[in-house]
Amino acid sequence: MLENAWIIPLIPAATFFLILAFGKRLPRKGSELGIAAVGIAFLLAIVTNVQWFQHVTDAEHEAETHTEETDSHGEETDSHEEELVEEEHSLALADGEVAGPVVGAAPAAAEEEAHVEVEPIERGWTWFENGGIDIEVGMLLDGPAVMMLFVVTLVSLLVHVYSTDYVAGDRRYTHFFAFLSLFTASMLGLIMAKTTLQLIVCWELVGVCSFALIGHWWEEKANSDAALKAFITNRVGDVGLLVGMITLFWAAGGTFDIVEINTLALDGGISQTALTVAACSLIAAVMSKSGQFILHTWLPDAMAGPTPVSALIHAATMVVAGIYMVGRLYGVFFQGLDIGISTVNLLAIVGGVTVLGGAGLAFVQNDIKKVLAYSTVSQLGYMVMALGVGAWTAAFFHLFTHAFFKACLFLGSGSVSHAVHSFDMKKDMGGLRKWMPHTFKTFMIGTGALIGLFPLAGFWSKDEILAGASQLGGDGGYKAFLVVGLIGAFMTACYMTRVIYLTFYGEFRGHGHPHESGPRITVPLWILAVLGAVAGFANIPNSGALSFVPDSVALRFEHFYEPKGAYFPVENFSHPEFDLAIAVVSTIIGAFGIGLGYLWYWRGVGVHGITERNAVARAGYRVLENKYYFDRLYTGIIAGAFKGPIARGVYWINQNVIDGVVNGAGRLSTVVGRFVYKRIDQQVVDGAITSSATAANNSGQAFRQITSGKVQQYGALLFGAAAVFAGAIIIFV
Amino acid sequence: MDNNQFLTDWGLTLMVFLPLAGALVMMLIPKSEEAAHKWVALVVALATAGIGAAVIADFDYGATDTLQFAVNERWIDVISSRYAIGIDGLAIPLIALTLLITPLCIIYSWNHFPEPRNPKALLILLLVLHTGMLGTFVAQDLILFFVFFEVVLLPMYFLIGVWGGEQRQYASIKFFLFTLFGSALMLVSFLALFFVTGGDSFVMGDLAAGVASGDIDHQTQMLIFGGMFLGFGIKVPIFPFHTWLPDAHTQAPTVGSVILAAVLLKLGTYGFVRVALPILPEAAVDWAPWIGLFAVIGIIYGALACLAQTDMKRLIAFSSVAHMGFTMLGIATLTDFGLNAAVMGMVAHGLITGMLFFVAGSVKDRYHTLEIKRLGGILLKAPRLGWIMGFTAMASLGLPGLAGFWGEFPAILSAYEPGAGLNEGLFRVYMVVAAIGTVFAAGYLLWLYQRTAFGTPTEEFEHEDIPDVTLPEWLAWTPMLVLILVIGIFPNIVFGVTDDQMTSVAESIAAAVGG
Repeated sequence: MLENAWIIPLIPAATFFLILAFGKRLPRKGSELGIAAVGIAFLLAIVTNVQWFQHVTDAEHEAETHTEETDSHGEETDSHEEELVEEEHSLALADGEVAGPVVGAAPAAAEEEAHVEVEPIERGWTWFENGGIDIEVGMLLDGPAVMMLFVVTLVSLLVHVYSTDYVAGDRRYTHFFAFLSLFTASMLGLIMAKTTLQLIVCWELVGVCSFALIGHWWEEKANSDAALKAFITNRVGDVGLLVGMITLFWAAGGTFDIVEINTLALDGGISQTALTVAACSLIAAVMSKSGQFILHTWLPDAMAGPTPVSALIHAATMVVAGIYMVGRLYGVFFQGLDIGISTVNLLAIVGGVTVLGGAGLAFVQNDIKKVLAYSTVSQLGYMVMALGVGAWTAAFFHLFTHAFFKACLFLGSGSVSHAVHSFDMKKDMGGLRKWMPHTFKTFMIGTGALIGLFPLAGFWSKDEILAGASQLGGDGGYKAFLVVGLIGAFMTACYMTRVIYLTFYGEFRGHGHPHESGPRITVPLWILAVLGAVAGFANIPNSGALSFVPDSVALRFEHFYEPKGAYFPVENFSHPEFDLAIAVVSTIIGAFGIGLGYLWYWRGVGVHGITERNAVARAGYRVLENKYYFDRLYTGIIAGAFKGPIARGVYWINQNVIDGVVNGAGRLSTVVGRFVYKRIDQQVVDGAITSSATAANNSGQAFRQITSGKVQQYGALLFGAAAVFAGAIIIFV
Repeated sequence: MDNNQFLTDWGLTLMVFLPLAGALVMMLIPKSEEAAHKWVALVVALATAGIGAAVIADFDYGATDTLQFAVNERWIDVISSRYAIGIDGLAIPLIALTLLITPLCIIYSWNHFPEPRNPKALLILLLVLHTGMLGTFVAQDLILFFVFFEVVLLPMYFLIGVWGGEQRQYASIKFFLFTLFGSALMLVSFLALFFVTGGDSFVMGDLAAGVASGDIDHQTQMLIFGGMFLGFGIKVPIFPFHTWLPDAHTQAPTVGSVILAAVLLKLGTYGFVRVALPILPEAAVDWAPWIGLFAVIGIIYGALACLAQTDMKRLIAFSSVAHMGFTMLGIATLTDFGLNAAVMGMVAHGLITGMLFFVAGSVKDRYHTLEIKRLGGILLKAPRLGWIMGFTAMASLGLPGLAGFWGEFPAILSAYEPGAGLNEGLFRVYMVVAAIGTVFAAGYLLWLYQRTAFGTPTEEFEHEDIPDVTLPEWLAWTPMLVLILVIGIFPNIVFGVTDDQMTSVAESIAAAVGG
């Protein structure tokens, strides 16, 4: 299965066309096709995962025996081994260019487990040729890809099932499922992309699916506005993506291959300048796709789309594409930004600012989905920050756990709104725990995981990020980002407590009698909640206070999913150890945030109404309410200026200056023509007629023919005139 | 074997002049026999496509950089002009595009000829146009090239002037004179080239060899290239010579706009790659920074002008200025990547913008207006039309997986590392500007789509019955839509044909400047 995993994205891709073509005629309007496809993809993803675990284990095993053999037999075995590898290579090439599973291990580095190389599984085909170079399309399957395969297919499957209930009866039900399929295909394609070019293609395709699904109810302008905003903001980031990838292409000597680029970046084959330029450009792409400040503004607006879409695309999968891309090209970022040895860099700053900025905005939202959206922004900030401080595994682990609990929260909010027909927490919710026990319980688990309560998933992944911020990097480490992370944790606890209170506690403020959703909604919720509860144990550390955890259980995520090979940083790259102090402090901070929220909302303790009384508090509130005025700047000032005065100004210049010259030239020649005809032809030439009748008659005819502008004559005239001009050039130049 | 020999000797000639012969036949048929005219025109166009397909199928794709089906016979001895034709990797994609577009235009017109109708005249003009376009792409002699290049002008002039919109007089004359102005300078350049290389031949290969071996003053080369720059540049059109285009497009009837966008604009870019660069490589290197500059200005400028438009067709017209900017940027880099991107850009723009004009024409037929603010909710009124429009708009903004992307991305890519003798820093600035242009492209196209297709219909059309896509429209559009998708997924369909030849063009330019 490993070599054929490239089939997985093709299944939903084919389904997209099938649903568009036949969906409406099917009994369940095409949803059955979508579910079947993503179900099969999910099963294949599980098989792929299992086989990948085996592949990693084999690689280690091989490395161990290999070391022993080299010890006893010396060089002889070594050369034999090489032959074997070569043989495998040539065999593989004959068989449709399969490169792998070739397992190699440098003898010197084989001593430690950390240095075992697990070759990724690559397959490539020529896509097109350009400049004599064959540009490939193919699959790069390694730890992160396999992990994402599982996450994307699982969440997508659950969202598909959930949607059959949630969007039931929608007038574009079939289209909805078609685009879910296309999205799943594009996202899976992005995950397994072998080349940066393929990454760009899939990156844009997920963007277009996002556009179509945000604007699903395009009859209302607010929705289509949100869709446009998402697409265009992402295009702004894509400028960075294009520039970055192009820089890497040329800097790496004309290749799009991800493994090759990373390897070259790490062993000094690409200049530091190029790497830094590329890394900084690519950060712009991360900022837009993964909702980082200052290009985050589209993500909360994207909540205009149906809730399952928000869960799948705008929380669990697509928005992590930026994080994934950084992780994919980590060699480039690691070298380009000196992540291993510096104490501050652009990536970490962007992440850090986003953690706090996003969390701040989550406080003032009354729309439950918007709170979750800003929470997503903030959590994505954690991941970017983790990558920025060098904690690759922590970032991906957080991506993994976040996918489950955030999807759970979003789908939970959808379940709530399904019951009360609104997303407004203040107006239409409250006290729902009595009516919606399943939604309530799963939402609580998701919230606990998001806040990072022990032992839920978020606790482990967030803690690893915090430990990374305190331990990694050059001397002193990225301590500032530890502080950011802790403050973020506190804020998360506060705003989520607020959501819980407004939604599930107090008195019901809406209309009618809300009721629990059906099983197609609650079962996915429970599955995600359980995963959100236990996923943290996938990477339970066994260092520091937890050193009692046996090796065979500890750090499984890191063990299987972290790339091990020449295309992934080794030098200056390390893993943080479990730090009990940080774990305790972050838990206390989280509990403190919850407690504060409890006192404020349940007990009414604190300075309620301060925003009405105090000017400073009011100003602060207004800044948050206006989302730091980013929207006003982007939509109002920048986009407004381009759509309005600038475009009109350019067009005015076009019509009056450039076209003015053209029209002026036209008018001038008419005037000249008339002058020639009246003064010269009629007076001078005609005057001459009186003296020489025959000659004048002929020339008069000729002139008349010129000025009459008969189109048929132009050829002869043109040719003659051109010959004269050409002669002039030859003679005078 | 005999068949093959016949095809080799006569295939191209037959393909080029069959439409003209068809037009002559149609002249003999009385005007009132409309059905006969339609069928004759369609059969002739399809037969032409058939011959073309046979030629293209018989083409040796192992040697795309050599001239095949070449014919070189005496023609006008007095001025040493020869009937030299042939095709290679550069010509094939454009010939294929032309062979496809003309029959589709005839099918599209089938049931709704624009006022004042007269199918006979319109179809005859289309066929004459067809000959002119095909001839330009096969000509290997500059005089022959020039003749075909100009043959195209008249039919289009009449198409706009007779079947056009309210301001058709102004638009058609502007189109005619503006292009003629460029043509005159181009002809000057051709003649000058002829004389400075010894006055033996107008065949492109001979001229290139003449320039390469001769010791021609650099200043003269620059001037000659300058004349071509104006001639081809106006046709492309390059900023700031573009102002004829929006008027011509807006006023032209639908099929006129489609052919104008799909093929006529390509005559300019084709001229650069076919004539200007190979014959005058040294001058090309000196001109390239300026071409690049005008190209990227055009990208941003065209996009901004699009944002200011209130008329859908005029907006699409300005988008051509922006899109051709990418093509010209690719050409200006003088690299294999850039030139490949340019040819791909020509084909993709032909299909996509041609398609956009088709859609605009159909919208106009149904709503009798193209004013953006009066439209809206097309997706509700005519869902399939709305979908096709959305698909085409996405293709036009360069969505990967559709054809437009492969014209834009490699062009931007190539600007990072321009050819020998060009300033890297400058072209990298161009690269960033062009990349920013893609943001604007998304902006104006999606904004257009939002205002016309999303939302609900305006009061004016709320209760109006708007028919969805009709059969002739499906027949005319399906091949284009399929090709946009297929080329998007398998770009090698075009790159595979052009690559060898573009590589050799880039190499010979590099060799000529000693890089």
